[in-house]
Amino acid sequence: MSTPTQETTTPPPPKAQNSLTQGTLPRWTWAAMLAGSVAVAAALAAALGAAFGAESFLMPLWVVLVPVIYLPAMLILQWVRINKRKAIDGFWKNLVYLAFLIALLPLVSVIWSVVSVGLPGLLAPGFLASDMSGITGRIDQETMETGGDVLGGIRHAIIGSLVITLAATVISVPIGLLTSIYLVEYSRGSWLSRAITFFVDVMTGIPSIVAGLFAAAATAWFISTASSLGLMAARPYTMGLTAAIALSVLMIPVVVRTTEEMLRVVPNELREASYALGVRKWRTILKVVIPTAISGIASGVTLSIARVIGETAPILVTAGFVVNANWNLVSGWMATLPVYIYRQFQNPIAPAATEPSEQRAWAAALVLIIIVMLLNLAARIIAQVFAPKKTGR
Amino acid sequence: MSKRINAIDLNVYYGDFLAVEGVNIDIEPRSVTAFIGPSGCGKTTFLRTLNRMHEVLPGARVEGQLLLDDDNIYDTAVDPVTVRSMVGMVFQRPNPFPTMSIRDNVLAGYKLNGTRLSRSQSDQVVEEALKGANLWNEVKDRLDKPGSGLSGGQQQRLCIARTIAVKPDVILMDEPCSALDPISTLAIEDLINELKDTYTVVIVTHNMQQAARVSEKTAFFNIAGTGKPGKLIEYDETTKIFSNPSKKDTENYVSGRFG
Ligand SMILES: Nc1ncnc2c1ncn2[C@@H]1O[C@H](COP(=O)(O)OP(=O)(O)OP(=O)(O)O)[C@@H](O)[C@H]1O
Ligand SMILES: [Mg+2]
Repeated sequence: MSTPTQETTTPPPPKAQNSLTQGTLPRWTWAAMLAGSVAVAAALAAALGAAFGAESFLMPLWVVLVPVIYLPAMLILQWVRINKRKAIDGFWKNLVYLAFLIALLPLVSVIWSVVSVGLPGLLAPGFLASDMSGITGRIDQETMETGGDVLGGIRHAIIGSLVITLAATVISVPIGLLTSIYLVEYSRGSWLSRAITFFVDVMTGIPSIVAGLFAAAATAWFISTASSLGLMAARPYTMGLTAAIALSVLMIPVVVRTTEEMLRVVPNELREASYALGVRKWRTILKVVIPTAISGIASGVTLSIARVIGETAPILVTAGFVVNANWNLVSGWMATLPVYIYRQFQNPIAPAATEPSEQRAWAAALVLIIIVMLLNLAARIIAQVFAPKKTGR
Repeated sequence: MSKRINAIDLNVYYGDFLAVEGVNIDIEPRSVTAFIGPSGCGKTTFLRTLNRMHEVLPGARVEGQLLLDDDNIYDTAVDPVTVRSMVGMVFQRPNPFPTMSIRDNVLAGYKLNGTRLSRSQSDQVVEEALKGANLWNEVKDRLDKPGSGLSGGQQQRLCIARTIAVKPDVILMDEPCSALDPISTLAIEDLINELKDTYTVVIVTHNMQQAARVSEKTAFFNIAGTGKPGKLIEYDETTKIFSNPSKKDTENYVSGRFG
């Protein structure tokens, strides 16, 4: 066994010419080609601009010409130097990159414009810590004239957004979670489950203003019925809770759908493993199914929050709009960030001097985007933390 | 501890499809019984009726009687959960709980049921079960690591440990070695040999040598054709089934002329 036979069989040295290789291009080819295309496109754009008598250099034309030159050039080069398959593969790959860049364009430009326009307002002293009480048209007018810092802030709107969204989450998550547990674990395809699925789908498509009107009408009816029975004093239906109900109408279908998906991908084998140990069904669901799916459920819930926190119309018809902070969900009007933005744009505090209002609106929009991004980040972290550990010794 | 199993005229359905028909079998306590037969003849299906796991599937139902020490487990007043806590099961494919550590996987039967164990008790249960499943030496330094980080064969032994940790009366094993190497297979066969001192063991296997090695009695199932129900053809001492079966089908199957 251990006789030194290995010595005699040294592998032959590699051939100078490997018969398996094909034509190759250096790794930096694409960069060189891209630089070339950019240059050629610039020249072409300048020439075309001159030919048609344009005043200045045609920037958009240049940007469009770059891929128009780069894609076929790469295709031809690879076709000639490597082979047809590689060339077509590279062509489609480049098309996909291009599509990706185009898809990214609106996102990047939205973020860019909100950040660049909104940042000064956000950095204004006291913007996050103060509300709009006492901010009158005269003050804004003066700010414009003297060039001082814009006064007023969004403290009340942040509080309103957070309180209302939190209340909506507290309402929607249990209902949505229980519904999807019923659909996946208990219904066994009965007519009730098909009806629920149908109505959840319909609910997904409800325009948000309709949800707002529904919540307003339902709360008004509830209050009038309850007060006519002497259970409570009559009071206005406009309050944070009504807005939270409106948002739940929008949130519940999203939570049901994402949670249902997540519960369905939990392998049946795990349920059976648990049953086979003599574990009851509800304990199996609670301790095996939900923990296995929890990362997906948590990120689904976070994304549904991100979806409703930007709603304007349903808040406007249910919680109204105020200028000072209100923590109380069941009495008084409440402001939220989207409504605040809408109001600042639509009804500037000083009609003759709209700039301070616009600055506040953009800054509030920036804050809203930051909150949504933080929520998305939170969803990712939650998914990471809760994800079943697949490997690791 | 160990219990006798007695099936009387058992028919097993998936919806309208009769998968297994008219099984009568009497399985001794403290013994190892092997189920053999061609693929699709209903071994898994019948095995799953022994701990009422069959009815977990939508539309699946069972007719007839199945006595566990003279108590019919299909009596309408019987809670399937009670049956399952007495009759443990190891599945064809290893299925450890992915959210749990190795230790928690072994303790799953207690933890999922909310039974509280002291630290020393649970340590003892874990060590005993893992030693019983021949896995202790491989995992004793990584008990708090995820169970899904084990190899396939180790996962299967983890599932066996999980099953014996709750000390059932009967252990059902559905091709427990189909994904294992010869060494793990031997380890599990040794384990089965030890288990039969305390438990009633029923094992489904496609490996005739394995059936011959581990079991005292063997049941041969067969199917007349696709769409027809599977049937228990012959049930006898293992030595007799493999050397001198009384039915022609059995002889063809064990001698490799069929299936
Ligand atoms: N969930 C199910 N729904 C409907 N029919 C099923 C289901 N599971 C199994 N069957 C059918 O029941 C019959 C018996 O299947 P079973 O799984 O018991 O076979 P088996 O003997 O275990 O085969 P194998 O040796 O391949 O595991 C087969 O005809 C199969 O198609
Ligand atoms: Mg099977």
